[in-house]
Amino acid sequence: MEFLGYFGGVFEPIALMLLFAGTVGGLILGATPGLSPTMAVALLIPFTFHLSPTQGLILLGAAYTSTVAGGAVSAILLKIPGAPANIATALDGNEMAKRGEGARALHLSFLASGVGGVIGVLLLIFLTPVLAQWALKFGPSHLFWIAILGVTVIGSLDSKSFVKGLLSGCIGLWLSTIGTDDIMGADRFIFVDALSGGITIIPALIGLFAIPQVLDMFAKGRVSAVIDTVHVPRYKFLDSLKELIRSFRALSIGTVIGSIIGLIPGVGGQIAGLVAYDQARNFSPQKDKFGTGHSEGVIAAESANNAMVGPSLVPLLTLSIPGSPTAAVLLGGLLIHGIFPGSDIFDKHPEVVWTFINSMLLGQILMVIFGIYTAAWAARIAKAPIPILAAGVLVLALFGSYSVGQSMGDVQIMLVLGIGMYILEKFGFSAAPLVLGLILGPIAGDYFNNGSMIAAAQDGPWVYFFTGPLNIVLIVMVVASIAYSFWTNMLRASFAKSPLEGASK
Amino acid sequence: MKTLFKTALLSAAAISVSATLAFAADFPDRPIGVAVSYGAGGATDFQARIVTMVAGNEDILGQPIYILNKPGAGGRKGWNWFATEAEADGYTMSAYNIPHFIAQSIKGGVKYSAASFEPVANWGADPAVVVVGKDSKFNTMQDLIDYAKANPGKTTTSGAGLFVGHHIAALQIEKACACKLAYIPTKGGGAAAMKAVIAGEVLAGVNNLSDAFRAREAGNVKILGVADLERNEFMKDVPTLKEAGLDVDNSSVNFRGLMVKKGTPQAVIDKLAAQVPLMFAHARVAKRMKAGGSPMKIMSRDEVKAMWAAREATLKDLLAGL
Repeated sequence: MEFLGYFGGVFEPIALMLLFAGTVGGLILGATPGLSPTMAVALLIPFTFHLSPTQGLILLGAAYTSTVAGGAVSAILLKIPGAPANIATALDGNEMAKRGEGARALHLSFLASGVGGVIGVLLLIFLTPVLAQWALKFGPSHLFWIAILGVTVIGSLDSKSFVKGLLSGCIGLWLSTIGTDDIMGADRFIFVDALSGGITIIPALIGLFAIPQVLDMFAKGRVSAVIDTVHVPRYKFLDSLKELIRSFRALSIGTVIGSIIGLIPGVGGQIAGLVAYDQARNFSPQKDKFGTGHSEGVIAAESANNAMVGPSLVPLLTLSIPGSPTAAVLLGGLLIHGIFPGSDIFDKHPEVVWTFINSMLLGQILMVIFGIYTAAWAARIAKAPIPILAAGVLVLALFGSYSVGQSMGDVQIMLVLGIGMYILEKFGFSAAPLVLGLILGPIAGDYFNNGSMIAAAQDGPWVYFFTGPLNIVLIVMVVASIAYSFWTNMLRASFAKSPLEGASK
Repeated sequence: MKTLFKTALLSAAAISVSATLAFAADFPDRPIGVAVSYGAGGATDFQARIVTMVAGNEDILGQPIYILNKPGAGGRKGWNWFATEAEADGYTMSAYNIPHFIAQSIKGGVKYSAASFEPVANWGADPAVVVVGKDSKFNTMQDLIDYAKANPGKTTTSGAGLFVGHHIAALQIEKACACKLAYIPTKGGGAAAMKAVIAGEVLAGVNNLSDAFRAREAGNVKILGVADLERNEFMKDVPTLKEAGLDVDNSSVNFRGLMVKKGTPQAVIDKLAAQVPLMFAHARVAKRMKAGGSPMKIMSRDEVKAMWAAREATLKDLLAGL
């Protein structure tokens, strides 16, 4: 309960002002496609030069929390996930927005983010010493199996056909092999200069999700001059709150999975949302509603990606190991003020660390308030006439891809992937499994290479990858997950068949 | 007619000379960009942001410096971009990492070499150190080398990738002890390599002095040796590898500084070479760098030129067998 004593620091006028500025600024940055939480935090670091360590960290902490949640805005309204964390949010959220329930989706996403976020920070406060040791248990072989576990959900993610889902996943895995491989030192599939660094994930996300949409909108505009506007009714906050409580199952699955994945260094928040989404669906009695604008999908994804924020700081604060790119940037923010993270950081700099953590706790709550407040008018974006909306999304897509690395190469990658995805979507493939392949490919590949090199110097790959309790548990989960998707797939196939058979009799 | 032509020629020459002079006198009249070949938040980016923060002062450059991140392929993407697409006018500089870019150009497949760039000044030097976990049975370099000799190819040693300072140091150690390590390059930079050491996934690691210093402060690692010519002020108690009996020089030290593209007007290079070291030496910069545990080493353009040439020779020799 030591942290309660440091709440005073958060309520000092300057600290509070920074907290407000960081939250509002973070929401706006997060909602801008192409500006990931990592970049937003990196952009803010120079501002902290002029602040005291505590104040600087309050600004960074608030910005980190709210950019993760802000990414949901563009994911829901425009189907452009601001960062990999928001991919799963786009799946159901955008369908809801298309139905005119954008405000409801935004309310639920901010509320779920807030609940997940607060629980994540509470874990950070109470369990840091226990969790720190646990986070170190995951070596290359375990991270490899975790990535494979992620691959197993590809087939069932957001597609009507199991086979087409797997095929999209394979395309994603192949795309992820492009670029210079830093472990073996080989160049792979680099035909043009823009590809030498591989496919950068944010431009790829923007292209795969936004461009097919834009093309569809333009196509529609050609066919009918009628301006097809979506009616966005105001949505009562209390109703959203009640719905959140009703969706307790999705909320708790999201929070638990987000917290666990956030803790593991090296996997990060990229897949927290997707894994939580998939599990929430598996445990839901209304499985088929997912992907059609089901609120539980949004709740699971958003609670997971904010729950991950707190635990992702555990390895950073206690072991000085940044578990995610954003944590690495925060480490820079700590170092610049002469604060070296380590197991004694809570004794050496309690006022800085506790104020920082407290500000994240308060930041989560402020984020919900501002988010809900803006949801009402943000949702009106869906009301804009289609040609204007399409042009607007296209501009954002171009701007977002360029701003990642100030590189036209990224813009070209975004456009090529986008046009390719448009064609694939016409044949019933979907973007989500492809993106999951793109994200998991390098994780699985690099940890496999890394693990094999270590294994080669020890007892060989079989022993390294297949023995030890943690490996076995993960392998069992992989096998179970594969078996489960085959089983449900066969079940679905037999359901689909039976009415036809009945008719022929 | 002939004189007229001569006068015209002379005056044209005079104009062009005065134009260059005027250009140099005006330089810089707008903000200057520095391309960093690594992502936002990495050590190079972090330090580049600190050392350029006083550029806008009237007695330094009078114009602010902003950072352009061009990450990818271990820095190759950014330096390729700088060598082929950036303007050679001094308004776009790039941060260099030695030995990284020289080692990459020796291995081939990139569009630059040391001859593509003109150094401006050096700001930092981060030596590589050998680290082991806090509970490791190795307490000295000798313990580690003895083990490596008894178990060739079994001493797993993590580092931040191929052809970076860590890798060079590992290669030099192997050459010096005539033994075989198992170098494990990790993706995710020095932090991931350090995590592998702390978690006991590998027996030893080569890492940045600044990161190792913090990890030791936090009680997570032991530092066995530093790959430099003399002991470091951050850790007077750690011997150099030479003192530990290994013939390893400072070729793996990660030097960081600023450079411009070849073909930049000499007057602009001269102005930058004169002013940029003043910027690095500014008291506020020094304070921030020290707080962050980032060792500084300010070197003039001529010193950097000599250092580049020396590195290129050593690295060509070292990488010839690979």
